[in-house]
Amino acid sequence: MTETEFRWVSKPGRVREDRRFVSGRGRYVADITPPGTLHVALVTSPHAHARITGIDAAEALEMDGVVAVLTGAELAKETEPLKQYLNVPQVQWRPLAAGETRYAGEWVAAVVAESRAVAEDGAERVFVDYEPLPLVLDPEEAAEDGSPLVHPDHGTNVMAHREFRWGDVDGDRARAAGTTRVRSRWNRNSTVPLETFGVVARWDRGRDLLDVWASIQMPQFPEQLARSLRLPTNQVRVHFDVDVGGSYGVKRGIKHGVLAAHLSRMLDAPVKLIEDRAENMHGGDFHGPDRLFEVELAYTADGEFTSIRIDVLDDEGAYPGRSPLQLAKPIGAIVGPYRIPSVEYNATAVVTNKTGQVAVRGFGQSPTNYAIEAAVDAVARDLGMDRMELRRRNFIRPEEFPYRIPSGTEYDSGDYPAVLDKAVALADLPALEARRDELRAGGRLAGIGVAACLEPGGGNAIFENIMNPSNDKTTFPEACRLRVDGEGAVTVVIALSSSGQSHDTMVATLVGEELGRDPAGIAVVRADSLTGMPSQSPVGSRMTIVLGQAIRGAGDELKDKMRAIAAHNLGVGPDEVDYDGGDVAVRADPARRLAWAEIAAIAHRKQHLMPPGVQPGLEVVHAAHTPRSGALAQPDGTVQVYPCYSFEVHLVLAALDPGTGKVELDRYYIAHDCGTVINPDVVRGMVYGGTAHGIGVALYEQFAYSPEGQPLTQSFMDYLLPSAHEVPTIVDTEHCTPSPYTTLGQKGVGEAGYMGAPAAVAGAVNDALTAAGAPPVHSLPIKPGDVWAALRAARDDHRGDK
Amino acid sequence: MGSRHEIEIVVNGEPRRCGTAARTSLADLLRDTLGLTGTHLGCEHGVCGACTVLLDGEPVRSCIVLAVQADGHAVTTIEGAGGPDGGLSPVQEAFCDAHASQCGYCTSGMVLATQALLEERPRPTRAEIDEALGGNICRCTGYVQIREAVERAAEGSGAR
Repeated sequence: MTETEFRWVSKPGRVREDRRFVSGRGRYVADITPPGTLHVALVTSPHAHARITGIDAAEALEMDGVVAVLTGAELAKETEPLKQYLNVPQVQWRPLAAGETRYAGEWVAAVVAESRAVAEDGAERVFVDYEPLPLVLDPEEAAEDGSPLVHPDHGTNVMAHREFRWGDVDGDRARAAGTTRVRSRWNRNSTVPLETFGVVARWDRGRDLLDVWASIQMPQFPEQLARSLRLPTNQVRVHFDVDVGGSYGVKRGIKHGVLAAHLSRMLDAPVKLIEDRAENMHGGDFHGPDRLFEVELAYTADGEFTSIRIDVLDDEGAYPGRSPLQLAKPIGAIVGPYRIPSVEYNATAVVTNKTGQVAVRGFGQSPTNYAIEAAVDAVARDLGMDRMELRRRNFIRPEEFPYRIPSGTEYDSGDYPAVLDKAVALADLPALEARRDELRAGGRLAGIGVAACLEPGGGNAIFENIMNPSNDKTTFPEACRLRVDGEGAVTVVIALSSSGQSHDTMVATLVGEELGRDPAGIAVVRADSLTGMPSQSPVGSRMTIVLGQAIRGAGDELKDKMRAIAAHNLGVGPDEVDYDGGDVAVRADPARRLAWAEIAAIAHRKQHLMPPGVQPGLEVVHAAHTPRSGALAQPDGTVQVYPCYSFEVHLVLAALDPGTGKVELDRYYIAHDCGTVINPDVVRGMVYGGTAHGIGVALYEQFAYSPEGQPLTQSFMDYLLPSAHEVPTIVDTEHCTPSPYTTLGQKGVGEAGYMGAPAAVAGAVNDALTAAGAPPVHSLPIKPGDVWAALRAARDDHRGDK
Repeated sequence: MGSRHEIEIVVNGEPRRCGTAARTSLADLLRDTLGLTGTHLGCEHGVCGACTVLLDGEPVRSCIVLAVQADGHAVTTIEGAGGPDGGLSPVQEAFCDAHASQCGYCTSGMVLATQALLEERPRPTRAEIDEALGGNICRCTGYVQIREAVERAAEGSGAR
């Protein structure tokens, strides 16, 4: 099907969520306050590593309005530790530290009061005695023998180490004319949504039922709550009709949920825990990848890549949780968009005395893209070759798809040279170069950055099996309920919460397209986790792909039933009628037809007109696996990771002030291909937003620590989210190579922009620096001081030469 | 807990009289006492701008204004930003047209900051837009469609 055949898909149209948001009518978890709600504030550790030797809550408990104080030791008796995805039974992650605290800011005790303000007052009156312990902050030091141990019972700080070799590494290296090695650093940052994490829990003693409203974007949240609370899974009801104020991967407050739910059960009252910004930034366990890469690219004399080696060390913070799996997802795009026949990939996860890591936009892909692209730029410098020409020479060619990369994944489709061409045309490259030269002539440093990066889409969870072969999960399904009521109105039920992805619009558009009914009249509502269907939440750029598959399945089943009812009434066989935009017509005589409303009326009210044996009503539930999933990983780690591969090329012009080191982005262009676009405004919003997020990573954002392990980024005054001043006009153009594995050719877009922006912006800065004779900076964020130091080094070198 | 005070404020055109602790922020008063949850708290340090409301028509961060400071003043929240007939204002319509919102959390503050800008500068330059919105952080959109919305709203106001 081509774009022109769609009635609603790919067409401009309002995003239905916008209306409630512009009028302040979103419903976020902080807006939900059941009668009698109690509020939580947290007592946090001032030490990066310490033994807790005593907690005195007497003064707090004497305060008016303070209801209870809960310590980690008390909570540990009543709950199970939070889930680890590696086999590390000695690593016990709990909502409140029990016995030892392993990072500064870790939650040690919870104070419950009649208001949040009083709970905070109470937290100041809880006195904790600590005995400081040796600590480790540097990931390389943490990996060494003799390092202080974050979890002494585990015996090492190394939580996972996997070595992979795919293809003829030795042969491919032997035929190379040269190699280039780049050590790069992706420092600790995160998505840091404007809404902190929040949860309201209400245990109903009369019904044995836990109700939870939370700002989540997390697979298996209900199941994990139940397990930690020692409840049967059918006693936990998580409500998904909650607007989530941004997530981009991180809103996985399982520890928040367990804590609030336990307190509700203990106090027989609804309990609300809304993090403040400090609790979120220091104690929420919501940091992102913190990585040290060494990438070595081998190539022939004319710039053909023959082999790549990627060594990565990831600092998980104190509690690894799901984070080490972020080392495995990039295996599905480990060669980027390039034809590289062999790969070595050595991945290590260590723990340190810092806040724990969680899933972040792209699940490890963006840091990996950055490391690969930094190495590609370095090869171009070493070969004296144009960066775009080098990329073009190594791109997988459009006729080679589906293309199997050495690590076992097949890329579905793409046209990388065409997307690069579009970016070059969009930017008017000669004009961009003229602008760069003009900036240089004006006394500034200027450089152009280019990045060509993939976004794996259609997330499944096979990385769990890659990193931990004892975990044999192979499906990550999504489902919808489609109902046509007796009046003919269409309702779609989904069982997930959304954090800005415009799912209502996407679902209504796709259902409308499948059924040939106007999306404007289709209602989209959210079930809860007990009345709903299987869903793994909107992670891994997967909803248009996997939920799209479920919508196709539901639509087909619904149409089958409508055809059966119509055929019965038209006196022909079910295979002699066609579904036609809601009506069903006899193929041989299309004037003989039954209208949508009549079929709905028969199905709901007229048993005498129903075919025998057909259930009343028009309602179907369809669950779909992720496309191309289902197989376990081979022992060498090869497996189809995600099914769909979106692609983006960034071209950015940066101007640097040589006096202050400040970087400004002067021009920003992107050509992007996510296959069939469902809603153009939603897609470009994702591209722009992800790009802005990537600009933050490249230039501004870092969770920094003092040598004592104290967080130095205390608020948004130090942790710098880009504002309108920092984000330039971003110009985007779309290309479309449809995926052959999805219903309408769609691919993922939730991580777009973020996949390439860090690499592109760093490339622009380094182009400016190297043109000025300074060394490139391979550590993000590139701060003004880094630029200044690089220029200073060049100047000193130059003086030394004289 | 500190002292308690009786204050009078006009909220979205309606005079309100409420008791408040001296330390209560305007944001908490609006959300918890008056139930106006369209005002969102992002940082409570006065940095992110999510809690922006208009105090006598000027944008302020309601997380660092005390409720008692609003005594005798007029406050406009997002609930009062719409048209007189309960419909959307031109600024809100422009935000919908440009899809200038994703998760919606910063949107209330963005809409009010835009409204205040256009009151003062009906045809703002790009630099004036960035200056007016520079104190309102959006993590979702990258600002491109927000700027488009401001420009559309400005064009619309020029046409009227």
